[in-house]
Amino acid sequence: MSLNIEQIRGLFPVLHQEVHGKPLIYFDNAATTQKPQAVLDALTNYYKLDNSNIHRGAHALADRATRYYEETRESVRDFIGAGESAEIIFTKGTTESINLVAQTFGRRFIGKDDEIIISTLEHHSNIVPWQMLCEEKGAILRVIPINDAGEILFDEFEKLISPKTKLVSIVHASNALGTINPVKKIIDAAHKVGAKVLLDGAQSTSHLMIDVRELDCDFLAFSAHKIYGPTGLGVLYGRREILESMPPFLGGGEMIKEVTFEKTTYNDIPFKFEAGTPNIADVIAFKASLDFVNSLGKAEIKRHEDALLAYSEELTRDIKGFIPVGTAQDKVSVLSFNINGMHPFDVGQMLDANGIAVRTGHHCTQPLMKRFGIEGTVRASFSVYNTKYEVEKLAEGIAKIARFKNK
Amino acid sequence: MSSIKETQEEIVSEFEILGDDKESTIFYIMELGNSLESFPEEERKEENLIKGCQSKVWLIADEVGGKVHYQADSNTDITKGLISLLIRVLNDRSPEEILESELNFIEKIGMGSIIGSQRSNGLASMIKQMKLYAFAFQTKQNA
Repeated sequence: MSLNIEQIRGLFPVLHQEVHGKPLIYFDNAATTQKPQAVLDALTNYYKLDNSNIHRGAHALADRATRYYEETRESVRDFIGAGESAEIIFTKGTTESINLVAQTFGRRFIGKDDEIIISTLEHHSNIVPWQMLCEEKGAILRVIPINDAGEILFDEFEKLISPKTKLVSIVHASNALGTINPVKKIIDAAHKVGAKVLLDGAQSTSHLMIDVRELDCDFLAFSAHKIYGPTGLGVLYGRREILESMPPFLGGGEMIKEVTFEKTTYNDIPFKFEAGTPNIADVIAFKASLDFVNSLGKAEIKRHEDALLAYSEELTRDIKGFIPVGTAQDKVSVLSFNINGMHPFDVGQMLDANGIAVRTGHHCTQPLMKRFGIEGTVRASFSVYNTKYEVEKLAEGIAKIARFKNK
Repeated sequence: MSSIKETQEEIVSEFEILGDDKESTIFYIMELGNSLESFPEEERKEENLIKGCQSKVWLIADEVGGKVHYQADSNTDITKGLISLLIRVLNDRSPEEILESELNFIEKIGMGSIIGSQRSNGLASMIKQMKLYAFAFQTKQNA
């Protein structure tokens, strides 16, 4: 059964508007996806009907809010195939999830001369926390190189990995190029030397089927707002025994079992890592996002997005001056490119004049851009509510801009 | 030579002809960039970069016969076009004229909605730097 895209578009109020007198074509989905009405309703209904602080409240509203909050945790568990919901920690986003691991697991288990492996494809949020840790601990950061298509060189990874490797922290799908990494192979190789693996799932969780037990990863970090959910909310999945062995991240309410001025004992997971009043409304609304994805089916969503990507590649291939950046065999729906002789920012602004929203620049992956010897790219990223017609408008826009400098 | 005020009015009426179509306005701005005097390669260095611009903008100024002569360049075509407008308005005028000028053509064109907030901030930084040069030459003249 194929998806009814017009019907799906009807669920997203924001899509039905004009910008600069042209119908909005939203192709900045890798930055953030739009939100279906059900998510907006869940947000307002929470504040209208259920608003109260969760856990320990001795009244009906607190009880309800707590139940909804914990139901989302269960939905997330199911969404990524975790064994138990206690392994799901709510954070502010992917960035905080990675920093949490660096500041707790990293500080306790990574020491002088230990090694952390990342790849050339990483977002700054999966580089900087490890650099900070390495600086503090005297550990060493190793980087897996890539080929010109934007695929990691697995042979080189095998050369880097050794008993010194304590952690491999790698992006599942590249935000800048779309490359899908062979994470199962990476995880298996890392586990052979006793290293733990963190997957940055910011770009993969919305597009790919993920089963953390099948993948056997130790951590998975992702953000709600890239899966049709609210901003300011992320998830860290961690294996129970690892989470239990980690010290807390932030100290405060909720994360304690008992506090005296002499000593504090910490709560069990996941609460040990959720200090303070959490982002209750957004957590509750996030369940509606996951319900939305589940109702369509991830496989169907991916089929549609893959078709849009293939179509965009087909329509742009022969445009004079069009330079694709990142041509991996296995990609999520990201079309990253440059136009010969033009700055990506100018291209983005020209597309915006046609109502087409794309992202331009280094995409928080400066080392990756440096690897390609470019300042940045223009990135169009497709989602379930995008259409073939919109892709055609994009290709038309690109062709017109390219002609300006490539006659 | 027309005054700063007159030059600004000319620009505003040129943009009025373009109408509301954002795309053709941007194409026009990019074409304007071609009119920039070629920028000396050796001046394309860190200290001549304007801070506060997202794209790279190099700006230098000389005093020629009591007037300020600007030269500028950028790595993006839209920015080059914007610079060319500023230079057309402010170039080869006395420091006093430049410092006293009120650059209202940018607002009158509705440039903010054409180029977005990032570039508008960059444009403001360019104007500030151009006036700083004028101020420096004025101080030197009065010394």
